[in-house]
Amino acid sequence: MSKIYVGMGTCGLSAGARDTYDTLKKLMGETPATAELHITGCIGMCYREPLVEIRDNGSRVIYGEVTPERAEEIYQRHVQNREIIDEYVVLREETAGEKTGSETEFITPQERIVLRNCGTIDPESIADYEAAGGYQGLRRALLEMKPAEIITEVKESGLRGRGGAGFPTGLKWSFAAGNQSDRKFVVCNADEGDPGAFMDRSVLEGDPHAVLEGMIICGRAIGADFGYIYCRAEYPLAIKRLNIAIASAREKGYLGKKILGTDFSFDVKIKQGAGAFVCGEETALFASIEGERGMPRIRPPFPAEKGLWQKPTNNNNVETYANIPWIMTHGAKAYAAFGTEKSRGTKVFALAGKVNHGGLAEVPMGMSIRDLVFKVGGGIKNNKRFKAVQMGGPSGGCIPEHLADTPVDFENIPQTGAIMGSGGMVVMDETTCMVDIARFFLDFTQAESCGKCTFCRVGTLRMLEILERITRGEGVPEDIETLRQLSVQIKESSLCGLGQTAPNPVLTTLKYFLDEYRAHIEDKKCPAKSCGALVDYVIDPEKCVGCTLCAKNCPVDAISGQPKQLHVIDQGKCVKCGKCISSCNFDAVYKD
Amino acid sequence: MADQHDADFTFRLWRYDGEPGELIPLLQSAQEHFGYIPRRAIKYISGVTNVPESTIYGVITFYSQFRLQPMGKHVIRICAGTACHVAGATTLIEAVQDELGIEVGGTTEDGIFTLFTVACLGCCSLAPVMMVDDETHGRLSAATVRKILRGVRRQAAKQAVPETA
Repeated sequence: MSKIYVGMGTCGLSAGARDTYDTLKKLMGETPATAELHITGCIGMCYREPLVEIRDNGSRVIYGEVTPERAEEIYQRHVQNREIIDEYVVLREETAGEKTGSETEFITPQERIVLRNCGTIDPESIADYEAAGGYQGLRRALLEMKPAEIITEVKESGLRGRGGAGFPTGLKWSFAAGNQSDRKFVVCNADEGDPGAFMDRSVLEGDPHAVLEGMIICGRAIGADFGYIYCRAEYPLAIKRLNIAIASAREKGYLGKKILGTDFSFDVKIKQGAGAFVCGEETALFASIEGERGMPRIRPPFPAEKGLWQKPTNNNNVETYANIPWIMTHGAKAYAAFGTEKSRGTKVFALAGKVNHGGLAEVPMGMSIRDLVFKVGGGIKNNKRFKAVQMGGPSGGCIPEHLADTPVDFENIPQTGAIMGSGGMVVMDETTCMVDIARFFLDFTQAESCGKCTFCRVGTLRMLEILERITRGEGVPEDIETLRQLSVQIKESSLCGLGQTAPNPVLTTLKYFLDEYRAHIEDKKCPAKSCGALVDYVIDPEKCVGCTLCAKNCPVDAISGQPKQLHVIDQGKCVKCGKCISSCNFDAVYKD
Repeated sequence: MADQHDADFTFRLWRYDGEPGELIPLLQSAQEHFGYIPRRAIKYISGVTNVPESTIYGVITFYSQFRLQPMGKHVIRICAGTACHVAGATTLIEAVQDELGIEVGGTTEDGIFTLFTVACLGCCSLAPVMMVDDETHGRLSAATVRKILRGVRRQAAKQAVPETA
């Protein structure tokens, strides 16, 4: 009996997995074979989507770029005739555990704890989850351990919060456990707002029960009877899969009253975000759950003492909770065996940008940036030069190539001026302008600032204006010192993490790429040839087909040429608006 | 017709049992029902929750998801996250603005498209990415994005109901 799994996370779906699934379903109906068709979550190999896995008696073959046509071929040759089509295989694992295939370099360095079930089970089937060992952690925690023992186990694992701040999880749980109250809450922060981060999305879409199980165990440990999952509305599939998981968990008695025959009761509710990055900050998140504008509140008191509705609350990130069931079943020592001394365990990274293998990878803490980018990430696209990696989202910074041997963990990355953050890693090459990146992040934080603190509200706007002027070629030498001063003031006068870290992208790019700022300000040039106002627009004679679209769209008639012949841009007339690039259907206009 | 539509919504509100913290889900429900949040929905919600209309207005304008104006038939969300930015989202946004003749935040005159940018859709390895309603499209270029939008417009034209029905 073959089992066919089609990767149907959001990445897979946007690459066309639904058509692939429908094709296979149709084929199974027309020419049945001894096979079952299932959906699965994201295995992390997003750069080869749509992915289809075929399992036969313990051996796994994963095919990549499975279009409907390829799906038909695979069905006929592999499923019906047992013939493996090597040229489409991305990964193959025989029963003995040895991996072969073109993507072994991506998979082999990984230790998949959080992602243990992503891409291998049907996320909409609680039976699949249980068969993979699911809810055994809850059984052990609820039936064999006291709440204090659960907390000790989490402490000894060395698990630190995976949302970015890295606070020791066991310690955090002990605070909420130690506070007396008539009611306590467990909150899961599924707001994942960092641009470039999609770890939590994949876990919620691919293994929602892991998160639920982690939350229920937390509830038992701290003495809470209710939990909220605050999930951003931009993740409709995650919300759908969570709802299915919650309903089936209730049906099986893992949620609700008297769980597993004990006197412990726990239930959860999903609260959808409404499009505010700042609601990823925990006190703003609580305000949002309470139905208010998402504006942060002052701490102390900390959530463990007074959180949601002023009750003791434990708030953790999706990835943090997803680790808990594994720690319960395998033990704290097994978890602590991975990683470094102060950063135990593994971390899920979202590799994106100019890297060949864009996707999700879970590796032990302490792997170097170089290994992540070149081994797991497969190096830079189009053989360009590795320039920097952006880590930590808008709170983080850009780490330059010469620091690529820095181990990625909670201790080493902050020494570069950046932070590890929630795991988003955007890789950049020589065509990325670092001044533009700083401007990009300020544009983001300025729009997302809640407005409570003057220095954040007004300061980020002033910084943005300066950066915009610089990228337009209107910078002045004093701008650099002004940016530094504003950065210090905003960091020191902001109530919450958004304001306190908003200047970080500017500070790190000033530290490592000052020459680029100088080129923009003094020479009015963009070394990366990216800033529209500081480059020349040129038509490539090899690609231009003379369709005349660019000439028609040019607002100042700067483009001349006969139909079906090479067109030319008059640099004297060009106002650098970029309309020619966005009109061309042949990618023939480039910046120089 | 509008009255029945309203009645369906107010009936849903009637089931609201006073649970705290329901304001945002109620607003999301209103937006799903009407396509945006009309003034009268604010009145209804204020009535059942006892939250003043001005406070509700403050909540609506804080969150980028909520619309106080009707939206087009199809909502386009172009991702402006880091990975998409690095992959050329700016060019994509310009191409779409040009193709539809509107700015970000606007709705086309024929009421078919509303265009937004969004901070990050979480599909970074497929950058640049755009959502049309609930469907995500990745690995886009200025040319492919125009093609997709023209396809959506053709579908919308086919489904258009004659005014004199």
